[in-house]
Amino acid sequence: MTETSYRIQGATGEWEVVIGLEVHAQVTSNAKLFSGAATAFGAEPNTQVSLVDAAMPGMLPVPNRECIRQAVRTGMAIEAQINKWSRFDRKNYFYADLPQGYQISQLYHPIVGEGALEIDADEKAGIPAPKTIGIERIHVEQDAGKLMHDQHPTMSYVDLNRSGVALMEIVSRPDMRSPAEAGAYLAKLRQILRYVGSCDGNMDQGSMRADVNVSVRKPGEEFGTRTETKNVNSVRFVMAVVESEARRQVDLIEDGGRVVQETRLYDPDKNVTRSMRSKEDAHDYRYFPDPDLLPLELDDAFLEECRASLPELPDAKRARYVNGLGVSAYNAAVLTADVETARWFEALLGEGVDGKQAANWVMSELFGALNRLGKDIAESPVSPEQAAGLLKLVADGTISGTIAKQVFEIMLETGGEAAAIVEEKGLKQTSDTGAIEAVIAEVLAKNPGQLEQYRGGKEALFGFFVGQTMKATQGKANPGVVNELLKKALAG
Amino acid sequence: MSVDHATVRKIASLARIAASDAEVEAMVPELNNILGFVEQLGEVDTSSVEPMTAVIPNTQRLRDDVVNADPLTGGGVQSKVLANAPAREHGFFGVPKVIE
Repeated sequence: MTETSYRIQGATGEWEVVIGLEVHAQVTSNAKLFSGAATAFGAEPNTQVSLVDAAMPGMLPVPNRECIRQAVRTGMAIEAQINKWSRFDRKNYFYADLPQGYQISQLYHPIVGEGALEIDADEKAGIPAPKTIGIERIHVEQDAGKLMHDQHPTMSYVDLNRSGVALMEIVSRPDMRSPAEAGAYLAKLRQILRYVGSCDGNMDQGSMRADVNVSVRKPGEEFGTRTETKNVNSVRFVMAVVESEARRQVDLIEDGGRVVQETRLYDPDKNVTRSMRSKEDAHDYRYFPDPDLLPLELDDAFLEECRASLPELPDAKRARYVNGLGVSAYNAAVLTADVETARWFEALLGEGVDGKQAANWVMSELFGALNRLGKDIAESPVSPEQAAGLLKLVADGTISGTIAKQVFEIMLETGGEAAAIVEEKGLKQTSDTGAIEAVIAEVLAKNPGQLEQYRGGKEALFGFFVGQTMKATQGKANPGVVNELLKKALAG
Repeated sequence: MSVDHATVRKIASLARIAASDAEVEAMVPELNNILGFVEQLGEVDTSSVEPMTAVIPNTQRLRDDVVNADPLTGGGVQSKVLANAPAREHGFFGVPKVIE
């Protein structure tokens, strides 16, 4: 069984859900798609609006090379066909958030064609095997402005700062069959975008939002009529939309109703989708080629640079950690899940630390500490270089693993270097046999009862003596030397 | 190609332009005249001609990703942007409420 078995139980039997996602991702760029106004989040209203974005008469759009480049790099990351010839079209509609009266988009000739990405198997979530999700196209287009309806009794407020910011619209094939697959697809897409650096993936700031297309059918039958739920802004909500919308459609059909092709909105508080009851002619966009813009023609040098600047992508990185560094599959998946974590880990590896040692330390010590401090890895008080300093002291036997934990705590607090802390606090591991022997003698003298039992055959007590010796030396004794000397001393 | 009264009303409504019955009445023959004029182009066989995108050989130029490099197409001109606004409200455009 390699297909999902997700089914909706209806009164007339089982139903299958079919899902496609249109994801709008804000392209990471300094300036807007067709003007020099800034794109930064959170500025004062209408301060990042040029006369181009405000659609003043006579202003002409000129595409931002970086936005085009990021769309192409994204296309390459999903192994899509890159169209060297593409064109911009006008999508006409009249609304207060769109001063031009049309959105410049790409309907007929998008910059990126067919591609795909693979979602990972996740037994627990009901994804028994990796699955390829087709991507139909990626095109670039302008974002609209923002409307606020609750600031004034009779007026809506318009802020055009977002107007003209570059978006990529990434359109999947209707290849997903369960809420888990839809969630996994969005998460994987976000991961890739963040690796590529073409979108920051901040869903709570609206940098990424999904339109969720859902229909239901009896398994094996033709696709049903779909609805589109707009502007869903988290992985969890996408999954919730699929679940509630599929259920609604099944109930509707089984009650003798028909699904209407329409746009819906998700209400996270009530976990339901609602019809937007848009006028039937609202979708008459009367597209036509934008006469202000020539076709976009990309040359080989441009494409070559795009390809050369692509980073190692998450799947490849994960495979390399497992096969090349001997990191466990689970650790490799966690370390590559987000680009910031991977970047930190790579920096640590770059300092010449053993991969497996580094992976284990990051997974247990660093993540534990960051969790406690409520910080992201990008805000870690200890840098990869400092961490490497600590791990090298463990690797070459200067300090034990136990002492390393103490030193790390001090590093977190003071931001100091491991070597300096070890030196200052006198934490160096000792292999001085004379000193260790003296401590062992003391330990044996203090615990005559255990000594008698051990010599009487209860050899499991060896660990007790190791523990006592380590404790007495405050963890500084070299464990190997302790073992050796203890064996001798206990043998009497 | 020609338009009827219903089409003219629909186009007007999509563009949010109010058109009275008399205006629609006048507009139908006017638009049909224009469409008929343009339709003459259809008499030429262009089946083997690539659509022309520019009158001179030219390709789309791209701009560098630099904020406000050219003051004429940069931001930071809030007062200019809002100069023709029906109402200015705390730096926003104020427009009649557009939500039910």
